[in-house]
Amino acid sequence: MSPVPAVSLAAAPHGFLSPTGVEIAFLLVGLVTFGAALVTVTTRQLVHAALWLVVALGGLAVEYLLLTAEFIAWVQVLIYVGSVVVLLLFGLMLTKAPIGRSPDADSGNRWAALAVAVAAAGALVWVVVDAFRATWIDLDGPAAGTTAVTGQSLFRHWVLPFEALSVLLLAALVGAIVLSRKAKADAEPNTGPTSDPNAGPVTATAPAATRTTPTATPGAPTATATTPAAPPGDQEGAR
Amino acid sequence: MNDVLDVALRLLVVFVVFLTFPLIVGQTEHKVMAHMQGRLGPMYAGGFHGWAQLIADGVKFAQKEDVVPAGADRRVFQLAPAVALLPYLLVLLAIPIGPGEGAVGQVLDAGVFFVLAVMGVGVLGSLMAGWASANKFSLLGGLRTAAQLLAYELPMLLTAASVAMAAGTVSLPGIVAAFHWWWLPWQITGALVFFVAGLAELQRPPFDMPVADSEIIFGAYTEYTGLRFALFLLAEYAGIVVLCGLTTVLFLGGWHGPWGADGLGWLWTLLKTAVLAFLVIWLRVTYPRLREDQLQKFSWTLLVPLSLAQIALTGVIKVVIS
Repeated sequence: MSPVPAVSLAAAPHGFLSPTGVEIAFLLVGLVTFGAALVTVTTRQLVHAALWLVVALGGLAVEYLLLTAEFIAWVQVLIYVGSVVVLLLFGLMLTKAPIGRSPDADSGNRWAALAVAVAAAGALVWVVVDAFRATWIDLDGPAAGTTAVTGQSLFRHWVLPFEALSVLLLAALVGAIVLSRKAKADAEPNTGPTSDPNAGPVTATAPAATRTTPTATPGAPTATATTPAAPPGDQEGAR
Repeated sequence: MNDVLDVALRLLVVFVVFLTFPLIVGQTEHKVMAHMQGRLGPMYAGGFHGWAQLIADGVKFAQKEDVVPAGADRRVFQLAPAVALLPYLLVLLAIPIGPGEGAVGQVLDAGVFFVLAVMGVGVLGSLMAGWASANKFSLLGGLRTAAQLLAYELPMLLTAASVAMAAGTVSLPGIVAAFHWWWLPWQITGALVFFVAGLAELQRPPFDMPVADSEIIFGAYTEYTGLRFALFLLAEYAGIVVLCGLTTVLFLGGWHGPWGADGLGWLWTLLKTAVLAFLVIWLRVTYPRLREDQLQKFSWTLLVPLSLAQIALTGVIKVVIS
């Protein structure tokens, strides 16, 4: 873009000081994503935090797109923005999240959380930098992250981790069912046989919650016969 | 320069389709519903059989006051209609109506995923509206919307995956190009599940529990007035166009016609889409609203198993014929 006096690096053919349009866009979207993530964890308004999370996750999807990984980008939107955040908002609405600030929306673990976040970020940055160093994506050639390429590398070279991951998800599903069943057994004496209109949506959280964490809805009181029917579908969907 | 012109032209065409088709579906709904119920429907606006009724409605909506409730979360409340509507505009970009580069807004490598992912985002608009309105009916509507989305997104995704398996590609033009007539009986279960789940995702009757007027007024949209309310309505009708177009492209062979019709392929796509849109209206007039628990049960105990069976069938036949 703008002719900045370039200090050419000896190792890499691409200088860092003469960025292309795509690189500038990548950087800007990255800044927006980072800002949104910061607001997500610092805002005192619960639902706003979830909505800023949408911005952060969406920004990440755009970054994938800029790295030519189209398939990963859409899956990111589908799973995280479309399902996980909807689940999050659903949970927040069940708690009657107030409009405006929640003064008690803070945790004493603030500094511990910061330490963990910094450590995790450091580890990730180190791994990525170590893995790719001065690798550049050739944007003019055939796209390096198309669905076909992704699928081939996934099922030719990374089948074992993929299967291990699916076993992990299965374990999480089973855990979720066990937890929700236990909560039902505990809650049985309290709840009468009345069928409240919310029975439906609450049932839906149990299988759907398993997409993220098994502990998302330990309080789901109505584990009907539908719950065991759902996991195979979820498992297939995860694949 | 030519590239810029090309892109601008494509965007313009998609935008015009986005503005007109939902209105055509809306007007058709007015008239078809009326005739099915032994009425005439709008007859005066515009002169001939009330063709300009929806334009008049639009003018009316634009004149109304834009009210934001005092206790509402202002910014989220005002942003919600845009979040609900824009995804459908983006989805229209990716739906091919004919063979070749010229008949699709933008060819996407992973079109099926793009379309389903972006359609899921539209529901966030309803959730934002439901929460930000500071109204218990709106909140209940938002809750029901979320529960419905979580239940029906899975069968939709699974059946779309079944077609992608059959075609061996996840690009929408690629799927239609690979279509043969015998896919119709092969994928019929998937087609029905996809269409029904799509109806539920759009909150169309008989799956309009989130906006059940006799219980929670108008769900998440209760507090909306004027143009913002009109935008939500427009989102619903744009959703019908998108769903019918997608079902056509994925399951009904898009531009393939019985006589091979080269050159008139786009007409076939539009015709099939229109027939499906008519079906959507017909279903609205025919069936009463499902109860919330029936709605959930219908998805988890019927649609999800059916879509899994469809995937198994697709896999078996795919292996047999290859």
